[in-house]
Amino acid sequence: MNKNIIELFGVSKKFENYQALQETTISIKHGEFITLLGPSGCGKTTLLRLISGFDKPDTGKIFIDGRDVTDLPPEKRHLNMVFQSYALFPHMTVYDNVAFGLRCKKVSETEIQKRVTNVLRMVKLEALHDRKPSQLSGGQQQRVAIARAVVNEPIVLLLDEPLSALDYNLRKSMQLELKQLQRRLGITFIFVTHDQEEALSMSDRVAIMNEGYIEQLGTPKDVYEEPASLYVADFIGEANIFTTEILETYDNKLVIEIEGKRIALNNKKDFEVKQKVHIIMRPEDITVWGENEITPEESKNMLPGTVEQVIYKGSTVDLIVRLPSEKKILAAEFFNEDDEKLDYHTTEKVWIDWIPGWEVILPYEEKI
Amino acid sequence: MKKKSSFFKILSINIVWLWLGIFALIPITLTFVTSFLTQDPNAIVKFALTLSNYWELFNHAYVSILIQSITLAGTCTVICLIIGYPFAFTIARSKSKHSSLLLLLVVIPFWTSSLIRTYAIMAILKAKGILNAMLLAMGLIDQPLQILYSYLAVLIGCVYDLLPFMILPLYANIEKFNEEYLEAAQDLGANWLTTFIKVVIPLTMPGIIAGSVLVFLPAMTMFYIPVLLGGAKNLLVGNLVEYQFLTANNWPLGTAISVVISLLMGAMIAVYWYNSKEKDREELA
Amino acid sequence: MNKFTKYFYTICVYFFLYLPIAIVIVFSFNNAKHSLVWQGFTFKWYASLFNDSAMLRVAWHSLILGVLAATIATIIGTLAAVSLFRYRFFGKKILHGLIFILILTPEIVTAISLLLLYSFLKIPLGFWTLLLAHTALCVPFVAVTVYSRITTLDTDIFEAAMDLGATDFTIFRKIIIPLLLPAIASGWLLSFTLSLDDVIISYFVSGPSFDILPLKIYSMVRLGVKPEVNALCTLMLAFTLFAVITTYQSIFKKKPS
Repeated sequence: MNKNIIELFGVSKKFENYQALQETTISIKHGEFITLLGPSGCGKTTLLRLISGFDKPDTGKIFIDGRDVTDLPPEKRHLNMVFQSYALFPHMTVYDNVAFGLRCKKVSETEIQKRVTNVLRMVKLEALHDRKPSQLSGGQQQRVAIARAVVNEPIVLLLDEPLSALDYNLRKSMQLELKQLQRRLGITFIFVTHDQEEALSMSDRVAIMNEGYIEQLGTPKDVYEEPASLYVADFIGEANIFTTEILETYDNKLVIEIEGKRIALNNKKDFEVKQKVHIIMRPEDITVWGENEITPEESKNMLPGTVEQVIYKGSTVDLIVRLPSEKKILAAEFFNEDDEKLDYHTTEKVWIDWIPGWEVILPYEEKI
Repeated sequence: MKKKSSFFKILSINIVWLWLGIFALIPITLTFVTSFLTQDPNAIVKFALTLSNYWELFNHAYVSILIQSITLAGTCTVICLIIGYPFAFTIARSKSKHSSLLLLLVVIPFWTSSLIRTYAIMAILKAKGILNAMLLAMGLIDQPLQILYSYLAVLIGCVYDLLPFMILPLYANIEKFNEEYLEAAQDLGANWLTTFIKVVIPLTMPGIIAGSVLVFLPAMTMFYIPVLLGGAKNLLVGNLVEYQFLTANNWPLGTAISVVISLLMGAMIAVYWYNSKEKDREELA
Repeated sequence: MNKFTKYFYTICVYFFLYLPIAIVIVFSFNNAKHSLVWQGFTFKWYASLFNDSAMLRVAWHSLILGVLAATIATIIGTLAAVSLFRYRFFGKKILHGLIFILILTPEIVTAISLLLLYSFLKIPLGFWTLLLAHTALCVPFVAVTVYSRITTLDTDIFEAAMDLGATDFTIFRKIIIPLLLPAIASGWLLSFTLSLDDVIISYFVSGPSFDILPLKIYSMVRLGVKPEVNALCTLMLAFTLFAVITTYQSIFKKKPS
C-alpha cells in the first residue's frame, strides 16, 4: 500500500494557446483509489490522458512502477482505461470485446477463454457473453467496459467519468460495485469525475483540480473538513464564508469581528494582527436557536438573524438566515427526537452560533 | 501523439498522396501550363509561352457558346428547383417509414447510366416517338412536333438527367427541418405565403444552394446530351473542348477553355463553401 | 397544398423519372424494328445481342475494367478517408480540399487533364489508360462515402483499441473495416457503376485496342435508335439494379437498429 505506483514530476501540458495542465507533481500509491475531481476544463482529463499515454507532456517526467514511461505509447504502460462513452466495439460480442486486448498480445485462445470467462463472472455477465453492446443496458455496457480493461491485468486502471451516463440509482449501485471490485483486484484506480459526492464516497484520496492546478490532495475527510483554499471549500459541499480582518492575537487565539460581534477563535496557523482572512463554516456546523430557547446572556456570543427560507430535505431542514448586514447564510439542522424545535417559519427571529474550533480560517484570496 | 509513426500509417498516407499527386495535382498543373503554350501541328504543343489562347476566347463565336451554355445550365437549374423543391418537400414530410422508400425510388434511376436515360428520352421525343403519338391521338396536334434535335430537347434531357441531384440535397435538408417552425409561424399569425418565404426558404437555403451547384456544374459541361438530343445545332462548351482536342487538334485552346470553365466552377464552389456547414457538404456524396 | 394535389404531383414526378426507362424496357421485347405499335413479345433482340461476339467482348471488357477500377479505387479511397480522419500529416487540409474539388470537377475537365498526362508521359491509349482514368474518377467518391461514415464513429473506440494494445494495422483490419463495411461496399458499388457508365472520360482516354460498353452504346445511339440497344440497356439496367438491391439487402438490412 505504501509503494508509489505512479509518480509525476513537474508535468505540464499546453494545447494551442491554452495551458490545460500547470506543472504538476503527484505520487499515487499502489492499491489506492484516487479521484481527480473538478469542473470541466480543470485539467483532470488532461492529467488522466497524460498518465495513460494518449497525450505527451510538454515538460516533466512520468514514472509507472519505478519505470520512466514519459516517451512510451499507451499500450506499453501496463495500464488500461475505461472511457466515458465506454467505447465498446459495436460490431463485436461481449466476449470478443473483452478478448480483444489479449488477442492483440497474442495470448493463446485457451488462456483467453479462461481469463475472459473469469472476468465476465466477476462482473456478472457470463450469461450475456454473445450479446452485442447494442443489446445491453447502460449498466451492463459499463461492466463490459470495465471487464475489457481489467482482463489485461493492468497495474493501474484509469476511469474517465465512467458513471456519468448512468441514471442516479444505477450510478449509486455502480459506485459500490466499483469500490468492491477495486478492493478485490487490489490495483490502483484513478477515477475522474465532476461529481463531488461520488468522489467523497468512493476515494481513498481526492485531488481537487482547478484551472490546471491540483488545489488540494487529501482524504475525503481532509478536503471536506480542512479545505486548503477557498476554492476547495466552496467546491466541496456548501460553505458559508465571512471575510474579515484580525483585530488582535493572544495565547493561540485570534479575535475577529463578524456582524459587529467580537469573536475569539483558535489561531491554528499563526495568523497575525491586521491580516485579512476568510472564516468558513459548514452549514451542518451551524446551530440555530429560537428566541425563547436561549437567555440574553447566551445570546451575547451569538449572531442575530431572520429566517428567510425553510427547505425541508427529509433528514435535515436547511435554513437560509439573513444577518443584519443582509448577508445570507445556510444552516442545516438535523432531525433529532430529543432535539429542540425544528419548525422554523420565515421572518422568525433567530440566533445562530457554531461549535468553536469547527470553523476553518484561510488567508485572504482576491478571487471569490 | 508524437510517438513513432506506424508502418501502416506511413504507407497509407504515401499511397494516397502518391495517387492524388500523379492523377490529380500533376494533370491539373499540366492543364494550366498547356493553356499558355502554343499550338503545334506536328506535336502536342510547342513550348512557347503565350496568352493568345485566352485572347482567342473573346472571339465572338466562343463567347456566344459560353453564354449559351450558362443560359442552358441556369434554365435547367431553375426548372429542376421548381420541380424538385415541392417534390422533395412532400416526400421528406411524408411518414418516415415511407419517406426513405420514396427517396430510394428517386435514387434508383440515378444508379443507372445517364447515357441510357438520354437514349430513352430520344425514344420519347423523336418524330415518331411516344410523345408525338400521344399528342396526335389526343388530337392536340395534327403534325408531329419536331422536338428532338432542338434546344428544348437538350433542356428536357438535362432536367431529366440531373433532377435527382437537386432532390437529394433538398431532401436531406428538409428532412431535418423542424415542423414546429411552421406551427410557430402560423401561431404568430403568418399566412401560408409569408411562412414559406420568411421561414421555409431561408432555413432550407443550404439545400437549395447545394442542389443548384450539383445541377449547374454538370449541366454546363454536358457533352453527349447536346450531341444526342440537340443534333449538331446546339454546340455547348463541352462540345467545344472536345472539338478542339479531337478534331481541330488545338490542345492549348482546349485547355484554355477548360481553365476558364474550372475558374467559373471554382467561383461557384466558393459560394457554396461559404454558405454551407461541413455536415451539409458531406451529404453531397 | 391539399392531399390530392400532393399525391398527384408526386406521382407525376415519379412518372417523369421512370417513363423513359420503362419505354426502353418494353420496346426491348417488342417484335418490331421501328414501329411504336406493340407487335408481340419477342426475345429476338436479346438473341441477336448474344450472337454478336464483338458485343460480348466489349461487355466483358467493361466488366473487367469496372471490377478492377472499383477495387483499386475502393482501396485507395478507403485509405484516404481513414488517413484524413485518424492521422495528422503534411498537407492534410490540401488533400481534403482536393478530394472535394475533384468530386465537383466536370468530367470533361478531368478527361482532358488525364489525356494531357498520358500524352506527356507517352503512354499509349488503351486498357491501362482507361483503368487508371476510371480509378482516378472513382477514388474521391469512395473517399467521401467512407469519410462521411467514419465521422459518425465514436473516436474513443480507436483510443480504447490502442489502450488494449492494438497496432494501427490491427485497428484498421479489426475495427475500421468491419464497422465501415456498408460504406466501403457502397463506395465500391458506386465506383463500379461510375466505371460502367462513364462516357466522357472514356471517350478521351480510350484507344482502338480496348473497346468498352459505354462507348459502344454511345456510337450505336448516335446512329439512331435500334432495338438491340433497347435490349442492351435493359440488361444493363437489370444488372445494376440487381447489384444495388442485393448489396443494400445484405449489408443494410441486418444492421441492428
